[in-house]
Amino acid sequence: MLKIFDRDRALEILQVFIANPFRTFLSGLGVGWGLFMIIVTVGASNGLENGVTSDLGGRVKNSMFFWTQWTSMPYKGFNKGRSFSFNESDTEFLKENSKFTKLVAPRNQLGGHRGSNNIFRGTKSGAFNVYGDVPEYIEIEPVKILKGRYLNEGDIVEERKIAVIGKRVHELLYETDEKVIGSTIRVQGVIFTVVGVYSSFQTGEDAEESNQSIFVPYTTFGKAFHTGDRVGWYGLLIDPDVHADSAATEVVTLMKARKSVHPDDRTAFGHWTMASAYEEMETIFGAFRFIAFVFGGLALLAGAIGIMNIMLITVRERTKELGIRRAMGATPRTIMRQIMSETLFLTTVSGLTGMCLGVASLEGVNKLLLSMGGAGGSFRNPEVSVEIVLTALGVMLIMGVFAGILPAVRAIAVRPVEAIRTE
Amino acid sequence: MVAIMGSSGSGKSTLLNILGLLDGFDSGEYLLAGESMDGLNERSAAKYRSRFLGFVFQSFNLVGFKTAMENVALPLYYQGVSRKERNKRALEFLDKVGLLDWAEHLPNQLSGGQKQRVAIARALVGKPKVILADEPTGALDSKTSYEVMGLLRELNNEGITMVVVTHEQDIAEMCDRIIRLHDGQIA
Repeated sequence: MLKIFDRDRALEILQVFIANPFRTFLSGLGVGWGLFMIIVTVGASNGLENGVTSDLGGRVKNSMFFWTQWTSMPYKGFNKGRSFSFNESDTEFLKENSKFTKLVAPRNQLGGHRGSNNIFRGTKSGAFNVYGDVPEYIEIEPVKILKGRYLNEGDIVEERKIAVIGKRVHELLYETDEKVIGSTIRVQGVIFTVVGVYSSFQTGEDAEESNQSIFVPYTTFGKAFHTGDRVGWYGLLIDPDVHADSAATEVVTLMKARKSVHPDDRTAFGHWTMASAYEEMETIFGAFRFIAFVFGGLALLAGAIGIMNIMLITVRERTKELGIRRAMGATPRTIMRQIMSETLFLTTVSGLTGMCLGVASLEGVNKLLLSMGGAGGSFRNPEVSVEIVLTALGVMLIMGVFAGILPAVRAIAVRPVEAIRTE
Repeated sequence: MVAIMGSSGSGKSTLLNILGLLDGFDSGEYLLAGESMDGLNERSAAKYRSRFLGFVFQSFNLVGFKTAMENVALPLYYQGVSRKERNKRALEFLDKVGLLDWAEHLPNQLSGGQKQRVAIARALVGKPKVILADEPTGALDSKTSYEVMGLLRELNNEGITMVVVTHEQDIAEMCDRIIRLHDGQIA
């Protein structure tokens, strides 16, 4: 009796819809549009997330940067507003005393970007960032070596005057057919030999910036640019088992004691962790997804109400037909089932259509982005997960059932006599 | 074959609707096939309708988007007869009313007389004991009216009870017995 699919019933339903195709189309439009909107908005929000995440690409998730600022509280005879810096002994101190970090990489920078030209090669010149780095720094900010090699321990020990240059630096300072490895560049009057070319794993604007840097050995940097044993800031790797915030607190506390900074001073040190940057983004995209769901859900709800409305009108219009069916032996239950099935069928078909169109448009956008060489900026690979699709389908079915109840009840409330009474 | 006559508002259609279990009644008793029809719920009413009763209406009441054959097959659909069997029997009865060649036509492609004959075939297909006809000739010209009445007469001869509501004297006279209603009372 209660078969899931009954060919006769299905044909009966199809016949009703084919009898009035335009009305069928209009009633289905709402739900179709609702699901289309859900798929597209969720997909777009995912695309944005993928884009932004890959912009951060290549940065290590447990990385942290740590620098000095100025004090805001007087302490141990020092006035407030004192500025100070790290030095070599702090590096050793951190390595020995910090339990939560597993790599301490001191860095110095000679700035560069959008400043005056500081790098010369023959008649060509450019403004680039020059960093003094230890070889381990590549673990904090991985780069892809295109030619030659990265910094190594020998460079540090022997204070070699060598440089690893970014892809963009290479493009700007060299002709395409020129040999790079072994050539020399002049950095603020000091000659360096190029031993490697790298490119960044990042994308978008960040990549442009990262690709126009020059890495030189940390020790050489100090000698060549007279920074002595001063450390600009630290790049750190946090123990993966430790929460980024605890590591940051540990490092700051250690340094406060060592640098005679008041324990409650909030401005003396600055730090940035990848983990909290990620968390922040997760929050933002969570909100995006939520909004997409709320709006899509509302669109779906409006669609379901639309279907219900049309079905109510349909029931009214078909009063006579339903009356005839009753006179021909249809039970109220049969009629109710018919109206419910019609509603559910309409909801499902139009919902699936909207869903397919939504997925198809996401695919289309994806193809378009890929054909542009993946240069989609902060937007890439828009997609929806199977779970989201299934959830949307489930919600749609439930709404379909609810949309069918009222029209079905209305349909069986019609008394057969009234229905077939001669006008 | 019984005719029910009476002026407008005399209660002839109401009587027919009660007989057809389309309408309830307040007092009295109605026995159909030996069983009381008092206080019947919709589901049992539907069951009795599909087992014992066939309907013919003045305005034909065919389903507009179904072909003649599908209209005739409709009562069988609600009896749970298989599609193949339904169509076979529908065609059989369309043949009986002389409309086999019109089986695939939609109601609006048929003349008034043809529509009424489809409706009669539909009333017959469930093998009813009684056919209730509400003004079956009300929308037809006199020549077609006589044809339709002739068809009903034939069926009556085959053993099906006919109850015909009409206000036309000549139509009523074609029946075996005439019941006249006046203000809801049998005169």
